[in-house]
Amino acid sequence: MRRLVPAPLSSLALWIAWLMLNGTLAPGHLVLGAVLALALPPLLAPYTRPQPRLRRPGAIVRLAFVVLHDIIRSNIEVARLILGPEARIRPGFVRVPLALTEPQAIATLAGIITMTPGTLSCAVAPDRSYLLVHALDLDDPDRLVADIKARYERALLEIFA
Amino acid sequence: MNGTLAALPAWADALCAFLLVAGAFFAFVGSLGLAKLSSFEKRLHGPTKAATLGVGGALLASIVYFAARDDAVYGHEFLVTLFVFVTAPISAHLMIKSALHLAGRDPRAPDIEARR
Repeated sequence: MRRLVPAPLSSLALWIAWLMLNGTLAPGHLVLGAVLALALPPLLAPYTRPQPRLRRPGAIVRLAFVVLHDIIRSNIEVARLILGPEARIRPGFVRVPLALTEPQAIATLAGIITMTPGTLSCAVAPDRSYLLVHALDLDDPDRLVADIKARYERALLEIFA
Repeated sequence: MNGTLAALPAWADALCAFLLVAGAFFAFVGSLGLAKLSSFEKRLHGPTKAATLGVGGALLASIVYFAARDDAVYGHEFLVTLFVFVTAPISAHLMIKSALHLAGRDPRAPDIEARR
Protein backbone atom coordinates (compact mmCIF):
# COMPACT_ATOMS: atom_id res chain seq x y z
CA MET A 1 0.00 0.00 0.00
CA ARG A 2 2.75 2.40 1.01
CA ARG A 3 4.63 1.60 -2.20
CA LEU A 4 1.55 2.06 -4.35
CA VAL A 5 0.52 5.34 -2.72
CA PRO A 6 3.72 6.85 -1.29
CA ALA A 7 2.12 10.23 -0.46
CA PRO A 8 -1.52 9.54 0.42
CA LEU A 9 -2.29 13.07 1.65
CA SER A 10 -0.82 14.79 -1.42
CA SER A 11 -2.58 12.33 -3.70
CA LEU A 12 -5.94 12.87 -1.99
CA ALA A 13 -5.50 16.67 -2.11
CA LEU A 14 -4.53 16.55 -5.81
CA TRP A 15 -7.48 14.33 -6.65
CA ILE A 16 -9.97 16.59 -4.86
CA ALA A 17 -8.39 19.71 -6.42
CA TRP A 18 -8.67 18.14 -9.90
CA LEU A 19 -12.36 17.35 -9.40
CA MET A 20 -13.03 20.83 -7.98
CA LEU A 21 -11.22 22.56 -10.86
CA ASN A 22 -13.30 20.63 -13.37
CA GLY A 23 -16.46 20.98 -11.31
CA THR A 24 -17.54 17.44 -12.01
CA LEU A 25 -17.87 13.96 -10.58
CA ALA A 26 -18.04 12.33 -14.02
CA PRO A 27 -16.44 8.85 -14.06
CA GLY A 28 -13.88 9.85 -16.69
CA HIS A 29 -12.60 12.70 -14.53
CA LEU A 30 -12.63 10.50 -11.42
CA VAL A 31 -10.26 8.08 -13.18
CA LEU A 32 -8.08 10.70 -14.90
CA GLY A 33 -7.76 12.67 -11.64
CA ALA A 34 -6.85 9.52 -9.74
CA VAL A 35 -4.14 8.64 -12.27
CA LEU A 36 -2.64 12.13 -12.01
CA ALA A 37 -2.94 12.14 -8.21
CA LEU A 38 -1.05 8.85 -7.99
CA ALA A 39 1.57 9.66 -10.64
CA LEU A 40 2.53 13.23 -9.69
CA PRO A 41 3.75 12.97 -6.04
CA PRO A 42 6.46 10.34 -6.81
CA LEU A 43 7.69 12.50 -9.72
CA LEU A 44 7.97 15.54 -7.45
CA ALA A 45 9.41 13.64 -4.48
CA PRO A 46 13.08 14.36 -5.35
CA TYR A 47 12.41 18.11 -5.10
CA THR A 48 10.48 18.18 -1.84
CA ARG A 49 11.02 17.20 1.75
CA PRO A 50 9.42 13.99 2.95
CA GLN A 51 5.82 14.53 4.04
CA PRO A 52 5.46 14.91 7.77
CA ARG A 53 2.76 12.81 9.40
CA LEU A 54 -0.39 14.76 10.21
CA ARG A 55 -2.45 13.78 13.21
CA ARG A 56 -5.62 14.91 14.87
CA PRO A 57 -7.89 15.99 11.96
CA GLY A 58 -10.18 17.53 14.59
CA ALA A 59 -7.38 19.84 15.67
CA ILE A 60 -6.81 20.89 12.03
CA VAL A 61 -10.47 21.88 11.64
CA ARG A 62 -10.47 23.69 14.99
CA LEU A 63 -7.27 25.58 14.06
CA ALA A 64 -8.82 26.59 10.71
CA PHE A 65 -11.79 28.12 12.53
CA VAL A 66 -9.56 29.90 15.06
CA VAL A 67 -7.51 31.38 12.19
CA LEU A 68 -10.66 32.41 10.28
CA HIS A 69 -12.06 34.10 13.38
CA ASP A 70 -8.76 35.92 14.02
CA ILE A 71 -8.52 37.06 10.39
CA ILE A 72 -11.93 38.75 10.61
CA ARG A 73 -11.32 40.22 14.06
CA SER A 74 -7.91 41.64 13.26
CA ASN A 75 -8.90 42.88 9.76
CA ILE A 76 -11.32 45.19 11.54
CA GLU A 77 -8.59 46.13 14.01
CA VAL A 78 -6.11 46.95 11.21
CA ALA A 79 -8.78 48.88 9.26
CA ARG A 80 -9.29 51.04 12.37
CA LEU A 81 -5.54 51.62 12.68
CA ILE A 82 -5.15 52.59 9.00
CA LEU A 83 -8.17 54.92 9.01
CA GLY A 84 -7.08 56.55 12.29
CA PRO A 85 -4.18 58.94 12.76
CA GLU A 86 -0.83 57.35 11.95
CA ALA A 87 0.79 58.68 15.11
CA ARG A 88 -1.28 56.21 17.10
CA ILE A 89 0.35 53.22 15.36
CA ARG A 90 3.33 51.83 17.26
CA PRO A 91 4.98 49.16 15.08
CA GLY A 92 7.76 46.91 16.31
CA PHE A 93 9.57 43.62 15.98
CA VAL A 94 9.14 40.77 18.38
CA ARG A 95 10.79 37.37 18.67
CA VAL A 96 8.53 34.37 19.08
CA PRO A 97 10.48 31.43 20.56
CA LEU A 98 9.55 28.21 18.77
CA ALA A 99 8.67 24.88 20.31
CA LEU A 100 8.00 23.48 16.80
CA THR A 101 10.90 21.76 15.06
CA GLU A 102 9.35 20.36 11.86
CA PRO A 103 10.14 22.79 8.97
CA GLN A 104 6.66 22.36 7.47
CA ALA A 105 5.09 23.14 10.83
CA ILE A 106 7.17 26.30 11.20
CA ALA A 107 6.25 27.34 7.65
CA THR A 108 2.57 26.84 8.47
CA LEU A 109 2.90 28.93 11.64
CA ALA A 110 4.71 31.68 9.69
CA GLY A 111 1.94 31.64 7.08
CA ILE A 112 -0.77 31.89 9.72
CA ILE A 113 1.03 34.80 11.39
CA THR A 114 1.26 36.65 8.07
CA MET A 115 -2.37 35.98 7.11
CA THR A 116 -3.74 37.20 10.41
CA PRO A 117 -3.64 40.96 9.99
CA GLY A 118 -1.41 43.12 12.10
CA THR A 119 1.46 40.65 12.14
CA LEU A 120 4.01 39.60 9.53
CA SER A 121 6.56 36.86 9.97
CA CYS A 122 9.91 38.20 8.73
CA ALA A 123 12.58 35.62 9.40
CA VAL A 124 13.23 32.34 11.09
CA ALA A 125 16.38 31.92 13.19
CA PRO A 126 19.10 29.90 11.43
CA ASP A 127 18.76 27.27 14.17
CA ARG A 128 14.92 27.49 14.02
CA SER A 129 14.76 28.60 17.65
CA TYR A 130 12.58 31.66 17.04
CA LEU A 131 10.51 33.53 14.45
CA LEU A 132 11.03 37.24 13.97
CA VAL A 133 7.59 38.85 13.70
CA HIS A 134 6.73 42.43 12.77
CA ALA A 135 3.59 43.79 14.38
CA LEU A 136 1.78 46.83 12.99
CA ASP A 137 0.70 47.89 16.44
CA LEU A 138 2.74 46.39 19.24
CA ASP A 139 1.45 47.54 22.57
CA ASP A 140 2.26 44.42 24.59
CA PRO A 141 4.99 42.18 23.07
CA ASP A 142 4.66 39.52 25.76
CA ARG A 143 0.93 39.16 25.22
CA LEU A 144 1.38 38.91 21.43
CA VAL A 145 3.93 36.11 21.86
CA ALA A 146 1.69 34.32 24.37
CA ASP A 147 -1.30 34.67 22.01
CA ILE A 148 0.58 33.23 19.03
CA LYS A 149 1.87 30.31 21.08
CA ALA A 150 -1.48 29.53 22.70
CA ARG A 151 -3.74 30.03 19.68
CA TYR A 152 -1.66 28.55 16.83
CA GLU A 153 1.53 26.87 17.96
CA ARG A 154 -0.09 24.56 20.50
CA ALA A 155 -2.50 23.25 17.85
CA LEU A 156 0.33 22.80 15.33
CA LEU A 157 2.32 20.86 17.91
CA GLU A 158 -0.59 18.45 18.22
CA ILE A 159 -1.09 18.19 14.46
CA PHE A 160 2.56 17.65 13.53
CA ALA A 161 3.40 15.56 16.61
CA MET B 1 -23.99 29.89 -19.04
CA ASN B 2 -24.75 33.23 -20.65
CA GLY B 3 -23.05 36.61 -20.54
CA THR B 4 -25.67 38.48 -18.55
CA LEU B 5 -26.33 38.29 -14.81
CA ALA B 6 -29.18 36.01 -13.90
CA ALA B 7 -32.04 37.33 -11.78
CA LEU B 8 -31.59 36.09 -8.23
CA PRO B 9 -34.01 35.86 -5.34
CA ALA B 10 -33.97 39.02 -3.25
CA TRP B 11 -32.18 37.43 -0.27
CA ALA B 12 -29.33 36.22 -2.50
CA ASP B 13 -29.08 39.62 -4.18
CA ALA B 14 -28.87 41.34 -0.79
CA LEU B 15 -26.31 38.88 0.57
CA CYS B 16 -24.13 39.14 -2.57
CA ALA B 17 -24.28 42.93 -2.45
CA PHE B 18 -23.36 42.99 1.23
CA LEU B 19 -20.41 40.61 0.76
CA LEU B 20 -19.12 42.53 -2.28
CA VAL B 21 -19.34 45.90 -0.51
CA ALA B 22 -17.72 44.55 2.66
CA GLY B 23 -14.95 42.89 0.65
CA ALA B 24 -14.40 46.04 -1.41
CA PHE B 25 -14.21 48.09 1.79
CA PHE B 26 -11.40 45.94 3.23
CA ALA B 27 -9.57 45.84 -0.11
CA PHE B 28 -9.82 49.64 -0.23
CA VAL B 29 -8.52 50.03 3.33
CA GLY B 30 -5.61 47.74 2.47
CA SER B 31 -4.67 49.92 -0.52
CA LEU B 32 -5.18 53.07 1.53
CA GLY B 33 -2.70 51.73 4.08
CA LEU B 34 -0.20 51.14 1.28
CA ALA B 35 -0.58 54.73 0.07
CA LYS B 36 -0.86 56.48 3.43
CA LEU B 37 1.56 54.92 5.90
CA SER B 38 5.15 56.10 6.07
CA SER B 39 7.51 53.17 6.61
CA PHE B 40 7.92 50.11 4.43
CA GLU B 41 7.11 47.64 7.20
CA LYS B 42 3.92 49.47 8.11
CA ARG B 43 2.83 49.75 4.48
CA LEU B 44 3.33 46.06 3.86
CA HIS B 45 0.57 45.30 6.38
CA GLY B 46 -2.10 46.91 4.18
CA PRO B 47 -1.99 44.87 0.95
CA THR B 48 -1.20 41.51 2.60
CA LYS B 49 -4.39 41.97 4.59
CA ALA B 50 -6.55 43.06 1.67
CA ALA B 51 -5.83 39.63 0.24
CA THR B 52 -7.66 38.05 3.16
CA LEU B 53 -11.01 39.72 3.87
CA GLY B 54 -11.18 41.63 0.56
CA VAL B 55 -10.71 38.53 -1.55
CA GLY B 56 -12.73 36.51 0.97
CA GLY B 57 -15.76 38.77 0.56
CA ALA B 58 -15.66 38.56 -3.23
CA LEU B 59 -15.26 34.77 -3.14
CA LEU B 60 -18.15 34.31 -0.70
CA ALA B 61 -20.32 36.51 -2.92
CA SER B 62 -19.35 34.33 -5.89
CA ILE B 63 -20.29 31.17 -3.98
CA VAL B 64 -23.68 32.68 -3.02
CA TYR B 65 -24.35 33.88 -6.59
CA PHE B 66 -23.70 30.55 -8.26
CA ALA B 67 -25.41 28.61 -5.47
CA ALA B 68 -28.57 30.70 -5.90
CA ARG B 69 -28.43 30.62 -9.71
CA ASP B 70 -27.62 26.97 -10.33
CA ASP B 71 -28.50 25.36 -7.00
CA ALA B 72 -24.96 23.99 -6.95
CA VAL B 73 -21.75 24.75 -5.08
CA TYR B 74 -18.65 24.85 -7.28
CA GLY B 75 -15.17 24.12 -6.03
CA HIS B 76 -13.35 26.95 -7.77
CA GLU B 77 -13.84 29.53 -5.02
CA PHE B 78 -12.44 27.19 -2.37
CA LEU B 79 -9.41 26.49 -4.54
CA VAL B 80 -8.84 30.22 -5.13
CA THR B 81 -9.03 30.78 -1.36
CA LEU B 82 -6.54 27.99 -0.78
CA PHE B 83 -4.10 29.28 -3.41
CA VAL B 84 -4.31 32.85 -2.07
CA PHE B 85 -3.63 31.61 1.44
CA VAL B 86 -0.66 29.55 0.30
CA THR B 87 0.95 32.21 -1.92
CA ALA B 88 0.24 35.54 -0.17
CA PRO B 89 2.47 34.91 2.87
CA ILE B 90 5.36 33.94 0.59
CA SER B 91 5.37 37.23 -1.33
CA ALA B 92 4.99 39.20 1.91
CA HIS B 93 7.86 37.22 3.41
CA LEU B 94 10.12 37.90 0.40
CA MET B 95 9.35 41.63 0.50
CA ILE B 96 10.01 42.05 4.21
CA LYS B 97 13.22 40.05 3.93
CA SER B 98 14.53 42.18 1.08
CA ALA B 99 13.44 45.33 2.92
CA LEU B 100 15.45 44.32 5.98
CA HIS B 101 18.38 43.42 3.75
CA LEU B 102 18.30 46.71 1.78
CA ALA B 103 18.08 48.71 5.01
CA GLY B 104 21.18 46.86 6.20
CA ARG B 105 19.30 45.45 9.13
CA ASP B 106 20.24 42.01 10.29
CA PRO B 107 17.16 40.09 11.44
CA ARG B 108 19.42 38.31 13.90
CA ALA B 109 20.61 41.55 15.54
CA PRO B 110 19.76 41.41 19.24
CA ASP B 111 18.51 44.99 19.32
CA ILE B 112 16.06 44.75 16.42
CA GLU B 113 13.06 44.77 18.75
CA ALA B 114 13.98 48.19 20.10
CA ARG B 115 14.32 49.88 16.67
CA ARG B 116 11.16 50.91 14.95
